Amino acid sequence: MAAEPNELRDDVLNGLQLSTQLERVWRTPSGLVGALMSVDHKVVGRRYILTAFAFLLLGGILAILMRVQLAGPEKTFLSADKYNQVFTMHGSTMMFLFAVPVMEAFAVYLVPLMVGTRNIAFPRLNAFSYWMFLFGGCFLWISFLFNVGPDVGWFSYVPLSSLQFTPTKRADVWAQMITFTEVAALAVAVEIVVTVFKLRAPGMTLDRIPLFVWAMLVTAFLVMFAMPSIMVASTSLILDRLVNTRFYDSSSGGHPLLWQHLFWFFGHPEVYIIFIPGTGMVSAILATFARRPVIGYPVVILSLIATGFLSFGLWVHHMFVTGLPQLGAALFTASSMLIAVPSGLQIFCWLATLWDGRPVYRTPLLFVIGFIVIFVLGGLSGVMVASVPIDTQVHDTYFVVAHFHYVLIGGAVFPLVGAVYYWFPKIAGRMLSERLGRWNFWLAFIGFNVAFFPMHILGLIGMPRRVYTYTADMDWAHLNLVSSGGALIFAFSFALLLANVVYSLRKGALAGDNPWDASTLEWATSSPPPPQNFDRIPVVKHRDPLWADSESLPVVAGLSAERREVLLTSLAEAEPQIREASPEPSIWPLLAAIATTIFFIGSIFTPWAVLWGTPPMAVTLIGWFWPTGSKEDEE
Amino acid sequence: MTWPLAACAGRQSALDPQGLQSDQIRHTLFIFLIVAAIVWTAVVIVLGVGLLRRKRTADQPLDLHQSFEQRSGRVILALGIATTVTVLGLSLVSYAGQRTVFAKDEKAHTLKIIGHQWWWEVRYEADSPHQSFVTANEIRIPTGQPVKVELESADVIHSFWVPSLTGKMDLIPGQKNELQFTAKNAGVYRGQCAEFCGIQHAHMALAVIAMSPDEFGRWRDHENQSANSPADQLGKQGEALFRARGCALCHNISGTLAGGQLGPDLTHIGSRATIAAGTLPNTPATLGAWIADPQHIKPGNLMPKMPLQSDELIAIIHYLEQLK
Repeated sequence: MAAEPNELRDDVLNGLQLSTQLERVWRTPSGLVGALMSVDHKVVGRRYILTAFAFLLLGGILAILMRVQLAGPEKTFLSADKYNQVFTMHGSTMMFLFAVPVMEAFAVYLVPLMVGTRNIAFPRLNAFSYWMFLFGGCFLWISFLFNVGPDVGWFSYVPLSSLQFTPTKRADVWAQMITFTEVAALAVAVEIVVTVFKLRAPGMTLDRIPLFVWAMLVTAFLVMFAMPSIMVASTSLILDRLVNTRFYDSSSGGHPLLWQHLFWFFGHPEVYIIFIPGTGMVSAILATFARRPVIGYPVVILSLIATGFLSFGLWVHHMFVTGLPQLGAALFTASSMLIAVPSGLQIFCWLATLWDGRPVYRTPLLFVIGFIVIFVLGGLSGVMVASVPIDTQVHDTYFVVAHFHYVLIGGAVFPLVGAVYYWFPKIAGRMLSERLGRWNFWLAFIGFNVAFFPMHILGLIGMPRRVYTYTADMDWAHLNLVSSGGALIFAFSFALLLANVVYSLRKGALAGDNPWDASTLEWATSSPPPPQNFDRIPVVKHRDPLWADSESLPVVAGLSAERREVLLTSLAEAEPQIREASPEPSIWPLLAAIATTIFFIGSIFTPWAVLWGTPPMAVTLIGWFWPTGSKEDEE
Repeated sequence: MTWPLAACAGRQSALDPQGLQSDQIRHTLFIFLIVAAIVWTAVVIVLGVGLLRRKRTADQPLDLHQSFEQRSGRVILALGIATTVTVLGLSLVSYAGQRTVFAKDEKAHTLKIIGHQWWWEVRYEADSPHQSFVTANEIRIPTGQPVKVELESADVIHSFWVPSLTGKMDLIPGQKNELQFTAKNAGVYRGQCAEFCGIQHAHMALAVIAMSPDEFGRWRDHENQSANSPADQLGKQGEALFRARGCALCHNISGTLAGGQLGPDLTHIGSRATIAAGTLPNTPATLGAWIADPQHIKPGNLMPKMPLQSDELIAIIHYLEQLK
């Protein structure tokens, strides 16, 4: 768009005038409708984070129900049917409604701030993706509460999930919920990639991007390449169930293993979609509290990228006992084990950083230390699982349950809780209580290990997964009881986290802009950040701008102060290119999400929904993209 | 060599191998365990020392030791190479183990196992139909001789897993898998379905009974025979009821008019140790409880509840008890 000669630019205003002016331009409209229209990445990101944590709470409650049922032999706390629904909902909630969304949610909040821009790319798509996530999650949970919760596992293997063996709507509910989260996850991935490639502050060359942002960039690419696979899988499943196609029916030329290949081609990268953001959080926290930049910055980035590539080459290790050719299986053993190399390199970089640093032992760092101890163990048991002969014994046993909880909780949830302590001051403007934080950490660390370590042994002495009961003569009772006790302690640590958040929101010490004396750009703005993020777009000359330019950041001037504008920069060198309008708040993303939800849910019950469901979607999308000239253009 | 974990061994344990294959797997497992223990301990020690050594001058931000950065770069590179060599070495160890575990022997005894929701059909097939017979949930094999099981599924995916003898292998509709193993010692080894297969996945167990080749031969000859005719009046009444009440629609009893194929073959049910796929010991009381209300013991299983008078139930139990 052409610059108006008399346009108000940010270089003619002084500090306070500029802040007030930009705040007026960028703020979310007031009132309920205004809140529903918000396209501010911070507002959407905060909602995203809160919703994902709400699902964590729900998934955690299910975990406790399972641990109560399994605490002793032949308990009747849950029926077989209920137990199967509960473990399916636990897995689906944790993977699709908590782990991936919460990581993307942190990215939605933090990445624009960390790269020094005013909003995420495609903010309306961002709002839309949040609503899709919310509606999909609620749909799944409401179904569960009405006893139509899925009960065939979060992996939904065919033919068990086919119409013949699951004639109720339960598997349809699951498959459609997958579609919702696919839409949400893919949309955010696209936004992250464009934000990182095009909206970085001037001077933030590729080798000055914060490690957390790098991690989210790699994650976004993984999402874009992995999600289509499950999209094909779940759509084929729905078609098999609703319109009688035969993709997975071996009696009509389909094959059940097709599902497993498609599912795990998504499902294994999925683990890294969850883990890589965790490593990004670790790098951010570690640098701040070790009081030095992470050693081996290029090594860490190359490791992230290598992990991303390798993660697509090892899905078959989930299928070693399906009767695939032996030599092929052995090659997947090697490729699965090789992923230990980039993961190991990152660990070595962090250890070196701590070794050379001057660690400040605050709660976020404690969680990072806990992460290293737990995750390394989980990684090593992963090397075992990757071996074909060992896998034939431990596959689908509690050994694997132990392994992936060490990887996912150690590799993602510990960094995530550390990240909550670390970024809460930025998001809320107040500090979390350090005392409660320490209790939180130690209870989590001890509770986690007591809950999950015994499962390694349980698996080796023969306890299969996904059984709702076992008999006393199997000798599994004691370890299960210990594990259930640990699970309660672990759950209590999350209650402490919740209490800490609730308490500190009102009573916590005021944070100030940069309470940890950290080095990245999100700490250069106030806490919580104003709607426009930065009054003037910073210019980045160092990898750790706030440490190198401790006095004041250089800035670039010339963006409009009377309408929403972001600065586009070049891909590699981040040289300023053009000013670009950023969308105004709009109700259409919400309406589009509602229409899409009606379409998808309707299609479960009648194929005609595909016909009558499309016009409302079309209307809302037209409304969304309707070109609106700005006032300046009309004048 | 004794291993501390072997103390944890139970009836269905990978740590207490009784077969050639499970022995090999445990061997591979322990090599991996030792390497893992060494690596984890080393990491935790480096982490601990790194956190505790000198430097209590905290809070003073970063002084960037470029020299340390370069030196640690070399250390990191060396560790990366060491990691690569280690995982490649472990891959070779794994492959060697895999070759042994999956080695094929052409002379193996062959039997076919078909997975059902939620029980195991076991077919001993021979060239002559007179030498072929079918049983359920209990598999008898000779010790010291390789056994090949051919695995198929009648409905959903199941997984055949007897940890004491070897690792698992899936039973997949539309696909034939196979698994070979050799039991070293006589004994009863419990197995359990390892792939989630629906509501009663937890109650889909089986027993592998390894016996000396002579005993196995005798058992096999016996199994080839049709079912005993009931010896007494009550038994005869039971047999008639078995047909009249619809049991025979699903269950087969060789040598009688009962020829159902949907449920387990009951030709020699009286000689089996358990009923309902390892769920209950086979006693008149449990058998009666099972027939009277199968949905109570395994909710969701595919056996319907038949309206039976108590005297009818007694007759049927009496009949089945005699089928040895």
